[in-house]
Amino acid sequence: MTLLNAIVQGIFLGAFYAVLACGLSIMFGVMRIINLAHGDIAVLGAYLAFVVVEHTGASAYVAFAAALPVMLALGYILQITILERSLKAGLLTPLLATFGLSIVIQNLLLIAFSPDVRSLGPAAGALTSASWHVTSELSFSALGMVVLAVAVVVFGALQLFLSRTRAGWAMRATAEDADAAELVGIDSRSVYARATAIAVAIAALGGLFLAIRSVFDPISGPTQLIFAFEAVVIGGMGSLWGTLLGGIALGLAQTLGAEIQPQFAVLAGHLLFLAVLIARFGGGRLSLRVAR
Amino acid sequence: MRVERWTRTSKVFTGGSAVVAFALASVPLIFDSDVVQKLTNLLILVILATMWNALAGYGGLVSVGQQAFIGIGAYGTVYLAGMGVSPYVAMLLAMVLAGVLSVPISLFALRLRAAQFAIGMWVIAEVASLLVRLDKNLGAGTGISLIQMNQFEPNFRQAYTFWMALGFTVLFLTALFFLLRSPLGASLQAIRDDEDAARSLGVRVASRKRLLFVLAGFGCGAAGVLVVANTLFIEPGSVFSVQWSAYMIFMVLVGGLGTFEGPILGAILLFAIQTTFTQGGPWYLVGLGATAALFALVLPRGLWGVIEGRLGLHLLPVGYRVVGSKQKAELGA
Repeated sequence: MTLLNAIVQGIFLGAFYAVLACGLSIMFGVMRIINLAHGDIAVLGAYLAFVVVEHTGASAYVAFAAALPVMLALGYILQITILERSLKAGLLTPLLATFGLSIVIQNLLLIAFSPDVRSLGPAAGALTSASWHVTSELSFSALGMVVLAVAVVVFGALQLFLSRTRAGWAMRATAEDADAAELVGIDSRSVYARATAIAVAIAALGGLFLAIRSVFDPISGPTQLIFAFEAVVIGGMGSLWGTLLGGIALGLAQTLGAEIQPQFAVLAGHLLFLAVLIARFGGGRLSLRVAR
Repeated sequence: MRVERWTRTSKVFTGGSAVVAFALASVPLIFDSDVVQKLTNLLILVILATMWNALAGYGGLVSVGQQAFIGIGAYGTVYLAGMGVSPYVAMLLAMVLAGVLSVPISLFALRLRAAQFAIGMWVIAEVASLLVRLDKNLGAGTGISLIQMNQFEPNFRQAYTFWMALGFTVLFLTALFFLLRSPLGASLQAIRDDEDAARSLGVRVASRKRLLFVLAGFGCGAAGVLVVANTLFIEPGSVFSVQWSAYMIFMVLVGGLGTFEGPILGAILLFAIQTTFTQGGPWYLVGLGATAALFALVLPRGLWGVIEGRLGLHLLPVGYRVVGSKQKAELGA
């Protein structure tokens, strides 16, 4: 029964990782770049919501709704000021530029909010404590179910956006071939900016869940980035639904690893990620050649 | 029209740098141990910047996980010294260990491209850090001291460590210098300029990248060995910290990605910044991150790229120049 419980909790945890990873997956899918500041942007979103809660006493959800337009605008600005320029400069420049940005965001957050750990759990109402105990060892937390439901809604909404709307078609066309899309009158610049705005907003949603589920501090970002990237890779880079499954696989690996020993949780996730990379890129074949 | 490698300045400078190395060797005899410790830190930065540049500047491999090898070097030293090996022998062996471990890691890591490689290396560093945290004999999460160094009198210890740092620096700089000047180096510079074009001309890109990766494994291992010898205490949280990558990226981007002299310049700059703002603090890191990002976007070949372009200055020549024709075309670096 503890195993079954670990699987249930793993799926809930994985849904959270999938939300975190969603924006990373969109940006890779559309522009072929990985934003190394993605985790820090998620944490920035959590701090924005935190500030609203502190000043108005609103609930975490209202605070997030207030932070959302700010994050959308930030994403748009990030694209037109930094990412657009780095895209033109070659394959490695986006990595270097966003890594620098990540350090800047972390330390600005340190200056503004001190290294203290915070949580939005108290501002999230009954959701954090409510749970449905099936047996003494198997329980479904309300928060876990909400995160899973939101994850499915987010990925479903993106799917509908990409398959049913003109803006979604433009985004897919640009992802396929930006130059060809330009020829039929699609402005790839604004498509990219929109994609980044959406990605940053969903990252902030991931940040909100992080803040409600547990605690966060200014340097929580890199860990979130690693987990998000692992979810994207495990699910297959460039596949949106794959990212949801990849997140869940990562969550399962972590909770099942923790079943063996609590310290193995994160390690098990890393090992799954490395195993998937080896399986996909055939590291084994090469090692045989060297062994000969 | 003729092709030349050496200019008068570069001859003077290359000879001069040998003199500088000898002059540096006398530092522990003249200055007190505080200065010696600081200069050891500078040499560590020079090694790290040079190695990161070898990967990113010539191999096109942006790694955010070279701290894995720093940690392996540092913890390897502590482990071997704990087994009864003399500390300085343990340091040499730990560097070799880091270099040797980079071979199996390369088999897997070099299959990855761009962001996958960058974050894949980061995850490898995290795994190494987590494994150390699981091992009580290595001090788990709280860290461990290199107590075996207490057998040396502090001034002598600092001097030995400095000479070792100087030896490693000279070793890795000359290794890269001659590597880049060899026929192999021409292919490395071709990969730097255009990987696909190099491959189509028959350059064995994969094996060249492996060479750089293993060299960087040795070099970053050496840096880790020096870190523990210089501070005598390490903990997984700092020695496996991604901050090392931030420093390496800053030094190389500001100094000059894909130039030989640039990373050395970048290391000296970072050292100067670190000694000026001893408190460190978040504003200093904000400046570091913003500067690195700005250089990546605006000046991709860094300060040295500008100096080289404007003044035609070549101090340590790893490429060739065409002179005598009306258009002063440049080949290689």
